[in-house]
Amino acid sequence: MANPQYTEITRNGFWSNNVALVQILGLCPLLAVTNTTVNGLGLGLATTLVLVASNLIVSLIRNIVRPEIRLPAFVMIIASLVTAIELAMNAWFHDLYNILGIFIPLIVTNCAILGRAESFAVKNTPLPAVVDGLAMGLGFCSVLVVLGGLREAIGSGTLFANASLMFGEWANVLTVTLVEDYRGFLLAILPPGAFIGLGVLIAIKNVLDSRSAQRRERATGSGTAPAPTTAQ
Amino acid sequence: MKFRKAISSPYIHHPPYSTAGMMFSVILALLPALAIYALLFGWGVVVNAALAVGVALVCEAGMLAVRRRPLFPTLGDGSAILTALLLVFALPPLAPWWLTTVGVAFAIIVAKQLYGGLGFNPFNPAMVGYVVLLVSFPKELTLWSMPLSLAGSSLDFSTTLSYIFSGSLPDGITIDALTAATPLDTMKTQLGLGRTPGAIAASEPVFGFLGGKGWIWVNLTLLAGGLWLIRRRVISWHIPVALLGSLAAISSIFYLLDSAHNASPLFHLFSGAAILGAFFIATDPVTAATSNPGRLWYGAGIGVLIYVIRSWGGFPDGVAFAVLLMNMAAPTIDHYTKPRVFGHGDRDA
Repeated sequence: MANPQYTEITRNGFWSNNVALVQILGLCPLLAVTNTTVNGLGLGLATTLVLVASNLIVSLIRNIVRPEIRLPAFVMIIASLVTAIELAMNAWFHDLYNILGIFIPLIVTNCAILGRAESFAVKNTPLPAVVDGLAMGLGFCSVLVVLGGLREAIGSGTLFANASLMFGEWANVLTVTLVEDYRGFLLAILPPGAFIGLGVLIAIKNVLDSRSAQRRERATGSGTAPAPTTAQ
Repeated sequence: MKFRKAISSPYIHHPPYSTAGMMFSVILALLPALAIYALLFGWGVVVNAALAVGVALVCEAGMLAVRRRPLFPTLGDGSAILTALLLVFALPPLAPWWLTTVGVAFAIIVAKQLYGGLGFNPFNPAMVGYVVLLVSFPKELTLWSMPLSLAGSSLDFSTTLSYIFSGSLPDGITIDALTAATPLDTMKTQLGLGRTPGAIAASEPVFGFLGGKGWIWVNLTLLAGGLWLIRRRVISWHIPVALLGSLAAISSIFYLLDSAHNASPLFHLFSGAAILGAFFIATDPVTAATSNPGRLWYGAGIGVLIYVIRSWGGFPDGVAFAVLLMNMAAPTIDHYTKPRVFGHGDRDA
């Protein structure tokens, strides 16, 4: 009985209710740090961690906290978690921490985290809440990585540059140089590139969705209109 | 497709131009200036123009095919060709082929077709293409050719082709012998060193009468072409007059206050892209304000922004940024300058 529910949660997080592509939440860090793949991955994983932990804690205390003061309580929980993550990154990933800078503390203000606490974790038992946090977080993280990869590839002609910031020295072999002596297309690295890139990703997702809806319609032969995939 | 004015009756009564008629009139008005430009700055202009028009048509056709729209009505209306030619005026005559290609492709594919094609683009495509190049490849865009009369050496047609497509110059000629700072750039740098505009114009070889040597002839031809367009009523006088008027006004104020640190109004009007912008770029019917009072505000805003960016901004010229900023403001201007519908509303309201 539990399995279909978890499949649904996972699909929501990664695709049909993706934080970045469908809910369009957390754009500030999304647009600001995705100039390389590694930066995107770093912030994505940090956000995922906060999301999983905050969903778990909110779900555990959901029967204790009175509804009147739930929002301040959730914000306190999220802020404490973000502070912990920030200190941890400062200790173990210091170079990456310096690059991501203000955007690690700003995870607090990522609406997606409070949004999931409010719309999911507070209404569900801990296990589904954790799965939801993981799916939503990884869905967000994957968009950060794809957008980071796109901008890095177009902007500087590499992929996974500076991977050592995250994985240690051995990871330098991960760096792929796509074009030798690439001149660099500065626009992709600058903020406009983030907006254009995100727009392109959203467009691609919508095209894929409408294609698969058409295919499903043709397969079933029924004339029912597909439900629009909008944020809940 | 015809442009419908967003004004209520009574309608303007001059014969309405079709989109193609309008675009080709503007192209016709640009051609003499393009010829003068090529004559004074060399073969690069011709090569660039041919390349840009070709790329523009290919991109437009490709996007129309992807969007499953009919090819010929749109390809034949001349709007892509006009975008390409305007971009050629904005780019250095010896721009490498990939620079022109990227700029034109971005203008047509992203700034025009992705927004829904001609009539739906909120920003002037040529200026978007130029600004993309300006922020992405600042080094390439500073390599401006000198007028041939100043340059130590010049390139013939085949060496120009080989430079644009392969980047190689014949022996004995360096790129420094062909390029120099533009008049606006020289003025900005030298003013920054504390020299007065008069001393700069007298000592720097790039300055002639009114503006830069060579550039002044291109600008005067553009002015003639623009006046012809107003006479033919392809464009209305409001935007050019408001733009040049406000640029002249604000530069006069600063020149009269402190002529030792500010360039003269004539220099501002006849240097850089002020005239090109006033008659050919800001008047784009899709991205400009539509009512006549709105056009005056829109043009005046561009004029002031050009001066602000030239004087205190990071770039020598600011026409492209000014036009894009006012493109953004155009819907708001239209909202506040909606003409009163005849017989409705209060005159004082």
